[in-house]
Amino acid sequence: MSAHSTAIGVSSKRGTWGGGNEPMKASYGKLMMWFFLLSDIFTFAAFLITYLSIRVSYPAYAGPAESFVGSNEYWPVPELVFEAVPFLHGIHAPLVFVGIMTFILISSSVTMVLAVEAGHRNDRNDVVKWMLWTMVGGITFLGCQAWEWSHFIHGTEGGSVLTYINSLGREVTETVFGANLVVNEYGPPAFAQLFFFITGFHGFHVTIGVVLLFLAFYQAAVGVYDKRGHYEMIEKIGLYWHFVDLVWVFVFTLFYLI
Amino acid sequence: MEIQENKSTLEVTPRNEEKVKKIWITAGILLAITVAEFIMAFTMPRGLLLYALFIILTIWKAKYIMMEFMHLGDEAKSLFYSIIVPLIFLVWLLIALAKEGTEIFMMRW
Repeated sequence: MSAHSTAIGVSSKRGTWGGGNEPMKASYGKLMMWFFLLSDIFTFAAFLITYLSIRVSYPAYAGPAESFVGSNEYWPVPELVFEAVPFLHGIHAPLVFVGIMTFILISSSVTMVLAVEAGHRNDRNDVVKWMLWTMVGGITFLGCQAWEWSHFIHGTEGGSVLTYINSLGREVTETVFGANLVVNEYGPPAFAQLFFFITGFHGFHVTIGVVLLFLAFYQAAVGVYDKRGHYEMIEKIGLYWHFVDLVWVFVFTLFYLI
Repeated sequence: MEIQENKSTLEVTPRNEEKVKKIWITAGILLAITVAEFIMAFTMPRGLLLYALFIILTIWKAKYIMMEFMHLGDEAKSLFYSIIVPLIFLVWLLIALAKEGTEIFMMRW
């Protein structure tokens, strides 16, 4: 849906790719958003494939779920690590909270695509309404992720007894609570490092997304896009927001299911 | 200061119910696949088969997000293939490095 039609059009002398027209039938901004997203897909793919590669290089925890103890000898089973839900302290609820987070992000993607649909119809009221809902979804997701990180860092009440090399280079055996970049009670150091790095990078993208959503929401509300004559900005920011959802779908599979 | 009437100058077309319905159907499919993944996580034995199924289902979800939400299918063919063809190589990278990982014991401490 190109907003700027060129006066020149496809000239028979120049051909489709000779310049002066839009061979991909998309405006410059939209095209560049797509190629930016492609490069960002490569970045995230590199991170996530690295995670999978390191994860399968470790032996998996093989025993029954009830008797799971964290150890840096084997990779933990995610449903035994991510099993806490806010306000339900001490209740074993495997993957429930991350399920809620996934639901929130997919819902915000739906409201975003409804905002884009409203933008195609130049319906300012609907655009503003759906952009607001998308922002609410994004902020809620960020709040959930903050809680998830906080819980992961502070750890469980029991902790795990681990033998590891501490930051002073000495080998120690002690009870470890929670996670940091040197040691964590759930599994090998690489597990927490990858968790912080990849979910952190995704959360950073969500934060940028919320800022962009707010800017577009504000501009739509004050009538900037009406004056401009089209709502293509909503579409471009929508592409970015769906990308954030797309990455989460893969983060969810690799960190919480595999 | 005079408050200006901030009214739309563009023609507002009515909601396309068919499009909106399609959006909700897509959302339903995404949720259904996620629920299926949850059930599989708790009922199937862990191993290569389960992981392969998870990745295939995830790529299937990604297809719905890109085609229905990002409207990649409605773009010009040249744009469509510029985005899709590079991604095919990522599938190969995934298979290659997953295989590589199983060959190296504790790749990174």
